[in-house]
Order: sequence, then structure tokens, then C-alpha cells
Amino acid sequence: MSATLRASLILVCLGVAAAAPAQEENPHAHYMMAPTQPAAPSETHHVPPDPPQHAMRDMSEEEMTGLMEMDDTSAFFMLQANSFEWRSADEQDSLSWDAQAWYGTDDNKLWLKTEGDRTDSATDARTELLWDRPIARWWSAQAGVRHDIGEGPARTWAALGVQGLAPYYFEVEATAYVGEEGRTALRFSGEYALLLTQRLILQPQLEFNVFGKNDPRNLIGAGLSDTELSLRLRYEVRRELAPYIGVAWTQRYGRTADLARAAAHDVSEVQWLAGVRWWF
Amino acid sequence: MTKFDVSRGAARLTRRAFTQAAAGGLFVLGAGRNVASGASATTADSRAELSGTQFDLSIGAMPINVTGAPRIGTVVNGQLPAPLLRWREGDTVTLRVTNRLRSRSSIHWHGMIVPADMDGVPGLSFEGIAPGATYTYRFKVNQSGTYWYHSHSRFQEQTGLYGPIVIEPRDGPRFAAQRDYVVLLSDWTDIDPERIFATLKKQSDYFNFHKRTAGDFADDVKRQGLSQTLADRRMWGQMRMNPTDLADVSGCAYTYLMNGATPNKNWTALFSRGERVRLRFINGSSMTIFDVRIPGLKLTVVAADGQDVEPVTVDEFRISAAETYDVIVEPADDRAYTIFAQSMDRTGYARGTLTPRGGLQAEVPAMDPRALLTMMDMGMAHDMQGMQGMEGMQDTQQTQEMAGMDHGSMPGMSDATSQATPAPAPMDHANMNHPAMNHAAMGHAPAARGSSQPVSSHRPAEYGPSVDSRADQVRTGLDDPGVGLRDNGRRVLTYADLHTIGGPIDAREPGREIELHLTGHMERFIWSFNGEKFSQAQPLRFSHGERLRITLVNDSMMTHPIHLHGMWSELEAPDGSFQVRKHTVNVNPAQRISYAVTADALGRWAYHCHLLYHMEAGMFREVEVKHGGAPAGAHE
Repeated sequence: MSATLRASLILVCLGVAAAAPAQEENPHAHYMMAPTQPAAPSETHHVPPDPPQHAMRDMSEEEMTGLMEMDDTSAFFMLQANSFEWRSADEQDSLSWDAQAWYGTDDNKLWLKTEGDRTDSATDARTELLWDRPIARWWSAQAGVRHDIGEGPARTWAALGVQGLAPYYFEVEATAYVGEEGRTALRFSGEYALLLTQRLILQPQLEFNVFGKNDPRNLIGAGLSDTELSLRLRYEVRRELAPYIGVAWTQRYGRTADLARAAAHDVSEVQWLAGVRWWF
Repeated sequence: MTKFDVSRGAARLTRRAFTQAAAGGLFVLGAGRNVASGASATTADSRAELSGTQFDLSIGAMPINVTGAPRIGTVVNGQLPAPLLRWREGDTVTLRVTNRLRSRSSIHWHGMIVPADMDGVPGLSFEGIAPGATYTYRFKVNQSGTYWYHSHSRFQEQTGLYGPIVIEPRDGPRFAAQRDYVVLLSDWTDIDPERIFATLKKQSDYFNFHKRTAGDFADDVKRQGLSQTLADRRMWGQMRMNPTDLADVSGCAYTYLMNGATPNKNWTALFSRGERVRLRFINGSSMTIFDVRIPGLKLTVVAADGQDVEPVTVDEFRISAAETYDVIVEPADDRAYTIFAQSMDRTGYARGTLTPRGGLQAEVPAMDPRALLTMMDMGMAHDMQGMQGMEGMQDTQQTQEMAGMDHGSMPGMSDATSQATPAPAPMDHANMNHPAMNHAAMGHAPAARGSSQPVSSHRPAEYGPSVDSRADQVRTGLDDPGVGLRDNGRRVLTYADLHTIGGPIDAREPGREIELHLTGHMERFIWSFNGEKFSQAQPLRFSHGERLRITLVNDSMMTHPIHLHGMWSELEAPDGSFQVRKHTVNVNPAQRISYAVTADALGRWAYHCHLLYHMEAGMFREVEVKHGGAPAGAHE
């Protein structure tokens, strides 16, 4: 602040002080200025603190943040069953799940994902162990391994993909896989949460799988193999606990459809479902 | 000297009754003093207040019951909130603080100018207070006014370790009042704060039960038509941001307290008709910003952050976390008045009563409608000519405000390019002939509340995965009361109304400028300065004795109260002149504000957002003041 400005400020203060008695009739005059003390310029009033008597000893950053108890690199853990449901179908009822767990920091997380279904006769499951690292504002890269078990021989794949939030709040997972004997695959999943109320939420979800090579023993044909379009209506009793009902339409295509037919499975099926979404 | 005897008070009461008193009724009819009669504190419960120069404070954990569910609170001398400390300017106070917790603890004297080793930030000022240990704070009190103290260790502030400080001016109060009460606002939760923090990391909108639904969509279509509603949803959808994101932790987790009392318990203070009553508002919340009013009374604000200001009379004021405001009211009628402090996100309120007699209470007003964030709050630059699209984005309230745009004022325009090209220091705020003016908001429809200006650069880390928004168009807008208070028909206090009496502590023009962007990622719940969390950043270095300017640009869509320890933040008006001296500066979304700091406090200091979970998530910097501490001409 310039000296002129400062001087005029002091003048204004003094002027106000001088004016105060003249305004005695004004009921608010007592607010205007101190009766006891003229406005002391802050500059002379302010007293800088003494230097510290006890300097902090040298310590590592870990020790310092430990004392602070302010660790912005700490790890968290989450377990979530995005779906855990009973599915009824013409063929056979099944228990189906899509769950994930992660542990880690803002920068690095370890993810475990599992999706599958179990009937009286068989269990099909895809399990992935992935390292997750944010790479962009809304996206994380995920890399790791995938292991499938089912009616046929188990398959193991290397996985590389992205997971994140697409415009318009679509939660998206897109992963490419490379397996043994030159097998390749692509998997995509997208979902959306439509709030009917703060707790009643309609969740459409689309998933599809593409394979590079036939794997007849696992009833997989090359090309687009299958899509699943599902709709779940959940009620969040708590954020962490939401029972739901829904419907899922699964469609198999091309050679995968042929293989399903040959194995006397449905090529297209609609399943009613009921389950519980939960996390902690 | 009055010395407080802990053991006597505690012995008289059973442990349970003791804490229940602390939880609710402790300050009821308490904490006030009749200044006119010259009597000492007329508290109903003298345990609420300690005065003198020697203090023994004992930090402990005790069962407490605020909501009906028993919990463990962090208390001082068995009290929650911690006892009022009454000091006198000029005294040297000694505070022996004993930690009876099982974990480390600390007390920070918020707003007090004290030596660095007395500031109470573990890891910077000292090593904290180990369990069972006593740390003796001793410092000379060279200031007066309303302040507060709180733990600076993890979440102990959230669980109750906060209390008021009132310092009597050496030469008597500047503004006379017959009654004097502390009104300490806070947020209590039954949820373990560690769990709240972890929950925010897992699902950051967990506590928001006011998101826009399909029903809101239908309502908006009815009101604005389909195309505008779609335009609005498209805008937010593309940004992947949420216009209802006003608070990270809301009333679904919090019970808002006034002097420790829930709204039902109704903290009550007495007055006699015609008396002037000084109310010392302190926001000791961890995460809550309050909008305060007393229906039927004008509020004359006489001090901000302990510093006397030229009195300004308003109907309402916003008090951000850690701020304090002293207000004088003159109840003219022989009736009760409600002190109403609604949370900024309108999910709850703290409430108390001013009454001429016990047993009276006044109507508690309904909470205001919940506002939505606007494109202005987002610092959106694009499509500003297309105001048609904009209308769709506002709730009614904000739409009106866009119509009342201020084309005339050009606040802060002259430093629009201070980032792009390191401007020669000191920068001349008076010089408006800056090239930046040509393409600043002039050509476009300027945003409301003062013209906006483009942000010329962001830090590299702001383009990384830890930052979800960058304001392209910011405004100084000290006269903006903030989201939810704009054009509400009441006279609302803004920073533009505050003028500290006596001018700045240092008349020098700042010799350099440090620009810091307030950044974060809502979805990942990461908070930072310049896109860098505490763990990723180097300390800010101030050279002892220098006067410098800190410019804060809020790139996030949240409101952040920024607190610099050890040194005053002297807020500048848009023309660069001195506005108001504060210890905590609230920065609205897409706001750019500057304050001058005199680095006269040697040592290491904390500098952080005073929303507790933001701080813990990384919105924290160390400031080091040393002789020759800053590289010459350094420009952050």
C-alpha cells in the first residue's frame, strides 16, 4: 500500500472517530468507533512471534508424517459384490455373482475380480488379479492375469485394460486378453445408475465378449461370442446394502451359438433374477 | 489468576452425568458474562470457562452421548467442547497440556501468532504429545479477539477436541456490549472418522442424498423445456461432475451442535431488552460450512477472525470451517430469538435461542432450498455467448443472478497474465492497461458477481489423474456471498464488506507472488494444491521478513477454507488494496483471490484446507520461513 493510501486510511479512521460524538443521537453511533481507544494502525500493533526455542530435530519424512498422523499415501480396502443373485431360467436355476475387492493407495491398487455362475451341474467363473494405476482423470489402467474355469479345460490369460468413468457417468471396463496357444479375447462391460429416487436405482448393464480363436471344449467360437444386457432395480437400504430384482437377456452369436446348440444349451435366454448388492 | 481445579469438578459428578452435561447442556445459559456490571463470568456452570495465565488442560477420552447412541468423545478436562479459555492481551500464558489418550495428541491455537514450537502441529512444530506426557505451551498473547483451539492430530478434532479462546483487549473492547457469549458451531458424528474417511475414498458421494433423480429431470423439463434440460444434463454429464456436490459429509452423518448442544437441547443465552449482545461465532466444524442468521435481528459484524472490522450490518453470514465472526445484536423486543445456523448443503442446522427469560423459544425457520452449483462455480469458459444453454443449468435462483451481471467492474484483471509470464515483481495492480484485458471476459458474457477472467495456466500435475476439474474462467468476486446465498432476499455478508480497522500489519507492496491452485478429484477423493498432495510436494519457502502475495485459484467445485499458520493472511481487494486480515480464507469454487503475507515468523508452519478430510487427503503444505529462505525472485 502506498504511503498516501495509508495516510488517508488513518485520516479516515480518525475522521470517523472525530465524527462519532457528533452522532450521539444515532442509536448506532456506538458502533462507529471505540470510545476508549483510537484505531491503532495495525502495523505498530502487530508483534511478530519470537523464533522457536526448540527447533525440530532432523527426521525422515516417514517419521514426520507419522507424527502428523496425516498420511495421504495410506492404503484402503474395499470388497464389493456388485451382484450376488439367484437367476431363474427354463433350463436350470443358477447362483450368479460379480464381485471385486481392492487394496491399495491412490496410486497403486491390487484388484481381485470374480464373475461367474454356479448350477447344480457346473461352475463357470472368471477370476482376475490386476494391478490398477490411474492414468488419466477418469481412467485407470489395469494389468494382470485372468483365470477361467468351466466345463472345459481351465484357461489362463494375461490381461490389460482400462476401467473408469466415461462421459455421462457410464462406468466402463474394457480389457484385452492374451492366452496360451495364441488365444486372444476382448471383454467390455458398461453400466449406468439411473436414480429414480435417492435410494431406488435402476441399473442397466451391457457386457460382451469377443474371442480370437475357437475353443470348442469351452463352447467358445471366434468372433463376437455373447452379449448380456441386464436391468436391475435396487433399493439402497444403506449405501452398502441394496437388495434388487432384475432381468438379464443373454444372447450367443455365430460359432459360439452353434456350439451351444450342439451342447443343448440355449442360444438366447432371458433370466429373472433377485439378489443383493453389497460392499464394505 | 484463576486456576481451574479439574479434580474437584469431576469428583462431584458421576462420570456418566458429567459427560452428559458436557454433551449437551454444558453451555446452556453459560459462557456469557455480564460486561456492564463488571462482574466476572456469570456462567451457570463454571467448568465451561477457564481464565488467568496458568492452565492445566487434560486431553482424554470419555463416553459421550449426543444422539442417543453412546460414543467415545475426545475431551479436554472432561468437556466437549473443550473449555473456553479467557486470556488477556499482554499476558504470557502457560498451558500445561497432558495427554491421557492412548494415542498421540496436540493442541493448535488457531489464529494465534505464537512461536513455531508453540503452534502445536505434530511433525512441524513439535513431536506431538505422547500418551501420558505433558507439553507446556508458553507464549505472550499479543492480540485480542475471538479464536479457538483444536487438536492437530488425525481426527481428534472431529471427535470433540475443540474449544473457544476469548482474549480481552488490553485497552478494553472497541465495541461495547452488555452481554458477551461464545457461539461455537461444530459437527458431531456417531461414525468413526476413520470410517468416514475410508468411506469417502470408496464412494465419495456416499453422504449425498440430494443427487438429481429422474423426478428432478421431469420437473426441470416441465419448468425449462426438454431441450434446455437435456443441454444441462449433457453439460454435467460430459464433465462427469455433480452439481449437487456441496458437502462431502452431510447431515446424514452429522448432528450440528451449538456450544455442544444439539438443536433439540437448544443452547440458550439470556439478554435484557435493549441490551447489546456480543455473539462470538466460531466454526469448529471438521467439514461443515454454516449460514447463520437470527430471524428478527440485524447482525452487526464487528470482528472477523479475531480482528476488529468496521462494523457492517447484515441479515446473514456464511462462516466457513475455522473462521470466527463477532456479531453484535440488539434485541429490541421482549421475546425469544432463534440463532439459526444451517449447513451450506441444507442437510441440517445448529440452533440456539436468545431469550429474555428461561423457558422461551422462538420459531425455528425452515431450511432454505438447496442450491445447485452452476457453470460459474465450475469456472466454465466455453460457450459463454450461448446464454440460452446456460439458463438450463441454473436453478431459478441462479438464473436470476445471471441476469444481474456486472459488466462494469473488472476486479483482478490486471494480474490475469501473472502466471503465463512471470511478471516483474511487484506487480502493479493499479495498471489496467494490461494486454490481457483485451481478451478477458470483455468479449463474452461475463459471469455474475464481478467479471471473470481466463486462467492462463495450470500446473503440470493438474493435468494428471488426481485432478478432476480445472477452472478456465475465474473471478475474484469478493462480493459473492457464495452458492446458496445469492439473491436470497437477505443482506448477506461478503468479504467485500469486511474492512479491518487499522489497516494492514505491513504497508509494503508484496515483493513476489505465489500462485496456488486448489485442486482435487472428487471421485477418487484426492485433495491437493497445484495437483500435488502433501506427500508429493516440497515445502513453500518464505524468506524471513519478506512481504509476499499468495494468490489462490480454486479449480475445484468445492469451497475450501485455507488456513496459514503463524502469519496473517491479509486479503486484498480487487484493486490490490488492503481488505481484511484473516487467519482462514474461504475460497469459493472458481474464485481467484489474493492475500498478502508478511513472513515474520521463523520456523516451519502448516498451510492447509481446514476441511479436515481434505487436509488428511493431501490438501496440506509445509511453509518454511527462514533467513534468506526463498530463492531470489522465486516465482512459484
